[in-house]
Amino acid sequence: MRRIVILGGGTGGTLAANRLRHTLPPDEVAITVVDRNDGHVYQPGLLFVPFGLARSGELTRPRGEQLHPGIDYLVDPVDRVDLASRRVSLESGHVLPYDVLVIASGAVLAPEETDGLTGVGWGEKTFTFYDPTGADALAAALDRFVGGRFVVNVIDLPIKCPVAPLEFCFLADWFFRQSSMRDQVEITYVTPLDSAFTMPVASRRLGGMLTERDIALVTEFNTGEVDGAGGRLVSYDGREVPFDLAVVVPVHNGAAYVTRSEGLGDALGFVPTDPHTLQSSVSPDVFVIGDAAALPVSKAGSVTHFEGEVLAENITRFLAGEPLDASYDGHANCFIETGFSKAMHRLQLRRRAAARTLPRPDRGSAHEGDPPEPPGQAPLRVVLLAHPAPGPGDPRCA
Amino acid sequence: MTTDTIAGVDVDLDEEGFLVDPGQWTEDIAIELAHREGIASLTDRHWQVIRFMRDEYRAKGTGPPVRALARTSGVPIKELYELFPKGPAKIAAKIAGIPKPRGCI
Repeated sequence: MRRIVILGGGTGGTLAANRLRHTLPPDEVAITVVDRNDGHVYQPGLLFVPFGLARSGELTRPRGEQLHPGIDYLVDPVDRVDLASRRVSLESGHVLPYDVLVIASGAVLAPEETDGLTGVGWGEKTFTFYDPTGADALAAALDRFVGGRFVVNVIDLPIKCPVAPLEFCFLADWFFRQSSMRDQVEITYVTPLDSAFTMPVASRRLGGMLTERDIALVTEFNTGEVDGAGGRLVSYDGREVPFDLAVVVPVHNGAAYVTRSEGLGDALGFVPTDPHTLQSSVSPDVFVIGDAAALPVSKAGSVTHFEGEVLAENITRFLAGEPLDASYDGHANCFIETGFSKAMHRLQLRRRAAARTLPRPDRGSAHEGDPPEPPGQAPLRVVLLAHPAPGPGDPRCA
Repeated sequence: MTTDTIAGVDVDLDEEGFLVDPGQWTEDIAIELAHREGIASLTDRHWQVIRFMRDEYRAKGTGPPVRALARTSGVPIKELYELFPKGPAKIAAKIAGIPKPRGCI
């Protein structure tokens, strides 16, 4: 009996387990999924919680419900992986030997790594919506907010869902307009990058969206310290952005056990991985899917989804002693919430695809004479925005 | 894209002055690019970061953001800002002759 052990029962771990179970005979290959808790959080929904558009409790469900029959499932935090002996030690003391290991344990927030962030003001004046607790606290704060300087900050990259902080700005603009208090709020988006949109097609099509909504932009800002008492973001080069309420995206690391496991992860705890086969660079019997990988693709569920097909194919080949083949090419697709019941659909295609848009106008197009849309009543419009996935040597996604 | 002659070598540059082809880079080019960024001379510490950026690019296809740069190069963030005052991740990438690290959107 061969054994596949999958560390992480989130999006990547679940779809990997289900795909593999579908094709590999249960009397020949045992599949075990391990997670540290039994609550799968639908993370894209967290964006809506601060604005009262979703409740965090509704976003969580037991992991077992998503796993197909014939998959063993353990709720037991991982202590460490021993690559040499091919064993996973769990906190309970349980040890899982494996023939193939799948790292699907995602990325974790590390707010404590930014000076001051988890000190005074955390959860009162400074928040994150990237976990349920933070999103709930922010919802309460937004209920009480009477106006002032509202700052949204990505502290550094990589982060999960790179577009979410911008979506948050668009929703905040909508939210304050709905409450007729937009004039009392200054919204500022603060980013370590040198622009809000850095990919050429996105910049061309979406570049005006911040100014249209009167959202200020501060760029090349690497936050070194958050002063919750004084209400300041301070960059490493001494610049400051004052705030009355700050919504930050903390720095991200890989799961802690990766760092505890000798030879498994890089300095941030992500696992070095071949971008086309999804086999790790650290050991041929270790594969990686989703946010846990040290890959220059977005950390997003959509990426994970498309990786799943390649991952399952290559694990099957590996077990059969065949050379790995199927190549993940970096494509994904994501919806971008732009507020006012509108969305944009961003599609990353293979390299040779050209950018195209549907003929229907989006909010960003200049259409003289269009009447202003009443908030909350506009129909859903989807604009297809396509740009090529980065290829080898191309500037890639952080 | 433009072509420039830097330290005696013809190099292709993008609109922001980053090398389009990291293979055209030489150490003399790095020195000249550093001058253009207001860095008068490159110390051993500068070179440590520059070599690290090129290694990261080769290994991962992109230069690292600043926290990853500090963690893995062994040069703390504050020192990175002293070495490359206007933004270490971007400026060190430029001097190292690798493409500008970009976001995903």
